[in-house]
This record gives sequence, structure tokens and C-alpha cells, in this order.
Amino acid sequence: MKHKAMSAAIVAGAVATAVAGLSSTVPAHAQAKEKCYGVSLKGQNDCKAGAGTTCAGTSTVDYQGNAWTLVPKGTCVTMDVPGDRHGSLTELKRDLPKA
Amino acid sequence: MTMAAPKPSSDRSESTDAGAAPGSREFSEALLDPEAAPPAGLVGPDGKAAPKRFNVYRNNVIVSLSEALGQSFPAILSLLGEDYFNALARAFVTRHPPETPVLMWYGGAFADFLERFPPLAAYPYLADVARVEWAWLQAYHAADATPLNPAELSAVAPDKIAGVRFARHPAAAVVTSKWPVLDLVRANRFATDTADSIDLDAPQSVLVTRPDMDVGVFLLRPGGEVFLSALFEGTTLGEAAASALEKTSEFSLADCLSDCLSSGAFTAIEGY
Repeated sequence: MKHKAMSAAIVAGAVATAVAGLSSTVPAHAQAKEKCYGVSLKGQNDCKAGAGTTCAGTSTVDYQGNAWTLVPKGTCVTMDVPGDRHGSLTELKRDLPKA
Repeated sequence: MTMAAPKPSSDRSESTDAGAAPGSREFSEALLDPEAAPPAGLVGPDGKAAPKRFNVYRNNVIVSLSEALGQSFPAILSLLGEDYFNALARAFVTRHPPETPVLMWYGGAFADFLERFPPLAAYPYLADVARVEWAWLQAYHAADATPLNPAELSAVAPDKIAGVRFARHPAAAVVTSKWPVLDLVRANRFATDTADSIDLDAPQSVLVTRPDMDVGVFLLRPGGEVFLSALFEGTTLGEAAASALEKTSEFSLADCLSDCLSSGAFTAIEGY
């Protein structure tokens, strides 16, 4: 290899360290899990795993046009990006469409 | 719901304004453009043009796909808020209609779309958050596989170990980011009731995988994203470690390898 090559001995030593540190955790890993139904808290079930795992398709007839001139109202606005780019509410309020 | 042309009504009349049934391409193109006129030749049971029926169907296509997107990207939904997300999803859906009928695979282009969407330029971390959520979804639906038993590495002769290659677990993916993606995803998806402030100056790269039943998002140590990405591309252990060390002197092979083994990133070793 071109750059800061690692000697075979260093690699072998690191692997030995990594494997040795794990040997105690292996039994826990090997513990068998099984699918269990009906025990999840509401909203925390594994079944809700993205689109298509629930029934979507209700109509809420509303054709809005260029509504992305809205300002994000989620937690985005509570975080400022380093540098000059701020997601400030006050600065962007002018872009809000008339309600 | 398919994109095929609707079945002609059984009691189709001889009405002259109805004309021939529209082609499926014309039909699906009109579905994604709310301004477009209903396809010519589309008729209701009475044999007359049915713009209202078509509008209901057209709206359902957009709304159901937008909802699907919200279910696959809950952290983005939380970060943007519902109003903004719905408007954004609508813009995405009309530009990127599904390419397969499988809804759980819908949204692969969403992260890149967020990255290039000019109104969101002030929130550059969104795309990487979406990449983690996409990796989570893929990991959830990936094939089950037993992770590599670390003890197998002990069986390799020390002078051969640097030449070992690792087979990626089918659920495993690396998301490299200069933003604190783990904290952002955690706060907006998994622990939404906590209000810890997030330091946007602290980069985090993660391994997403599912060694067993549950998808895990694991923080990678410095250089870990270079190391693991290289291993997933098929380079040898020695080469991957050298690239990571070149990237950052903080890289620790023993620690990173230990993390990767315990989180189940691989299924097998080969090529030694």
C-alpha cells in the first residue's frame, strides 16, 4: 500500500484485541429472539416500518401550489446552521403565504 | 392501486363526446399534474366526461404517496413540521413518481431531492437525516442473516489477517455525514420527548444495520466511516485500516473493528 501502511503485526494485534474484547458479549448476541405479537406499546410496534405497512389513501382534497415558500415549523427552526446561513423565522416571514 | 387505465364502464353509451379510452401514459401523466385537464375519453358510468371523479383519484395518488413518504421519513416530518412537509412531499411526488409498485421502497430519491431543493438550502443537514432514515427502512426490510462470529477471525493466521475481506451484512449501510445525524434522528424520531440541544458543529457518521430483529443506528468512531465503507467495497482489512489512518490519526483499528463486529456489520470473512 502507498500511504501509512499498517504492518501485518499491528493489524494482527488489533484484531486479536478486538476479538478478545468481544468474546464475553458473544453469548448475549447468540440469545435467540422470536417474533412476539401483541405486546408493543402503542406507536412502538415493529410493524410500523415505513410506507406500505399501514393503510394510506384517504382523500383530503386540497390542491396547493407552491406552498414550499412556507417556513418549516418543525424543530428545524430551533437549530441554526454554522456560518451565515440561518434558518431564522423572522428573516423568512416575508415568504409566508397569506393564510 | 395501479397506474393502468380505468376499465371501461360496462354500460358504456354511444355518446359521441367520450371518444376512445385514454392511453395509460396519458392517464398517468395527467395524474401528477393538478393543472392538467382530465385525459380525453375518460367517462363515467353515464358515458360523459368525469373530471370530478378523475380529480378525486388524482388527489388520492398525491396524498397517499405523500403520506407514505411521511411514514418512511418521520424525522424529516418532525424537523419540517406537517404543513411544510406536506407541501414538500407534493413537490417530490410529482417529480419522482414510484418506479415499482412496492410502497416500502418509495422515497429512495428523497434525500438527494432535499439536498437540491433551493428553499431548504438553509437546512443542509436534512439530506443526511433522510439518508439515515432510508438506510433504516432498507435495513428493516433486508434479508435476515446471521452476523459473523468474531471467533472466526481468531482462526486466521496472523500473517494472513491483513488480507482478509469481509462480506457486508445485507442490512448494513454506512451514512457519512458532516452533521450530527445520529443526534438529529434520535431527537426527531426515537426520543421525541427529550429536548436536548444539538450541536450542529459535531459531525457524526453512523452504521445502520439489523443483526437480529431490531434495526440499530450505531455511531462510528473517527475514521470508522472510511474504514467500514472501504471494507464494504471489498478492500482488505489492511488496506481499509490504512485508508482510515490516512484520513485521521485518531483511527483505532481495534476499537472500530470491535464496534463493527459487535453491531453485526458482516456475515463472513473471505479471501485469506
